Amino acid sequence: MSELIFAYESSGEEMTLNMGPQHPSTHGVIRFIIKTDGEIMHEAIPDVGYLHRSIEGISEKCTYEGFMPYTDRVDYVCAMTANHAWAAAVEKLADLKVPERGEYLRVISDELNRISSHCIALGAMAMDIGATTPFMYILREREYLNDLLEQLCGARLTYNYHRIGGVGWDMPAGWRDKCLKWIDHFEPIIDEYDRLICRNELFIKRLANLAVVTGPEAISFGLVGPNLRASGIDFDVRRDLPYSVYPKLKFGVPVGHGAMGAVGDCWDRYWVRIEEWKESVRILRQALDQIEATDKEFWTRPKKLKPKGDAYARVEAARGDMGCYVVGDGGTNAYRGRFRTGSFNAMKVIQVKSRGLMVADLVALIASLDIVAPEIDR
Amino acid sequence: MLQPAEIFARLQTLLGDAVSGFTTEGTKDPYCKVVPEKWHEVALVLRDDAELKLDFLQCVTAVDWPKQSQLQMIYHLYSYPHHHSFVVKADLPRDTPVIASVADVWAAADWNEREQYDLLGVGFTQHPDLRRVMLPDDWVGYPLRKDYKEAATYREMPTSRPSPLQLLVVYDKAPPEKRNAPPPEEEVADE
Repeated sequence: MSELIFAYESSGEEMTLNMGPQHPSTHGVIRFIIKTDGEIMHEAIPDVGYLHRSIEGISEKCTYEGFMPYTDRVDYVCAMTANHAWAAAVEKLADLKVPERGEYLRVISDELNRISSHCIALGAMAMDIGATTPFMYILREREYLNDLLEQLCGARLTYNYHRIGGVGWDMPAGWRDKCLKWIDHFEPIIDEYDRLICRNELFIKRLANLAVVTGPEAISFGLVGPNLRASGIDFDVRRDLPYSVYPKLKFGVPVGHGAMGAVGDCWDRYWVRIEEWKESVRILRQALDQIEATDKEFWTRPKKLKPKGDAYARVEAARGDMGCYVVGDGGTNAYRGRFRTGSFNAMKVIQVKSRGLMVADLVALIASLDIVAPEIDR
Repeated sequence: MLQPAEIFARLQTLLGDAVSGFTTEGTKDPYCKVVPEKWHEVALVLRDDAELKLDFLQCVTAVDWPKQSQLQMIYHLYSYPHHHSFVVKADLPRDTPVIASVADVWAAADWNEREQYDLLGVGFTQHPDLRRVMLPDDWVGYPLRKDYKEAATYREMPTSRPSPLQLLVVYDKAPPEKRNAPPPEEEVADE
């Protein structure tokens, strides 16, 4: 953290500054009303809702299966896991089983999407604090990844791939080998990327000890996923509340330990995502290996989908624990759908942690929490 | 790690009548009902009791049930130390849905409660900053209520538009000389 902050004396004047909604480093349309005295902020009040499409309202007006394309729009950077959350919730509600091959395809697509989402998160974060090169490097890899996902399901961002009871399509011929080839290509890139920026002195000075979120704070604020793990809480939905075929796969859960400063600073949040790349690659290799032995069936389409009751399902999305709550009243549509997303809960953290930060560091804080605007507003 | 039934038994010994109606039927996540007036007290026990330690408020949901004339609050809780989860529901009257805010118990409740206030019109007493979060401050009505009807205009802007498909039909049926007709010129007043 800058020494300037310790030397800061309030002049007693407060200026209100508007940041956004079209500010490039707010990652979408979010507005911040910044109360500032010179460079030091007294508070940054998030003003969200510019991308509110009432996806929860739409869920009541579509059939369970027909709502799937809308879940892509909950989080367009990592749409696959939003698909998965909705499918998992409805399957839990209606007691449906997914064929093993379908579960493997879900895990493979989830992990590919997680890698691509972290590409955006890490690249954009480096760019936001002034390092443009990593973004270009990593977007090149993401292009290949998008090609793979496009071959799998026909879309590059809004996949609409998962179905209630399975997935929409099997892997195309030769896709598995392409995928393995890409992983072989990507694995050294992780280290290259790590060396490129993570240990850069400027980068460390900029991020270490900045906006520290301690473990108990992170739990209370409801931070999830990489942000929670960066604060030193060892929790991953994939490991601790296993779903799909994750129990059959071996992977580690990287936890921030304050390598460059305090536990839970911006640098830890950055580093945890780099480590998650490595774990995702491990999962992908095992899943692509094990899927060979499964049956051909990948989707058991439910015949009559009129569940009654309520169910809450959790999956590990790229932005953490995504919860989906479904209430069914015996009709073809959901009576109420609800998405619990990581970014929405992170907004409160920004408001609290922005006190006493510099305006330029607010950008680093937003980026380190990996905020995606549609996930906030839904 | 406790099962939901054990958590409910523990709550009953600590709180008595404040919680009731533990159910496993008709739901995938067993829940109990809480008396709305005592919710804040119950929340503190849920978070602080050494055996429960439900320190993570995952999700706050309100569901509108006009037939029963109820608004139901649903709180999904999880414990990081013990790895167990629990669901608490509270039935509020639909015309005056008010419940205590738990933003001082779990910081995550702050924004989640604001969202439920915004979209379903649930009032939270003692909330630090109860404003609309998604919709503009001067929006009328609560969109996720089942009987919500959107106003025709918002600040003189229409909230709906004709379907482009309908416009297409009109266009196709128009005689050729009227297609792509330039808009009528407006008279410019002399200054």
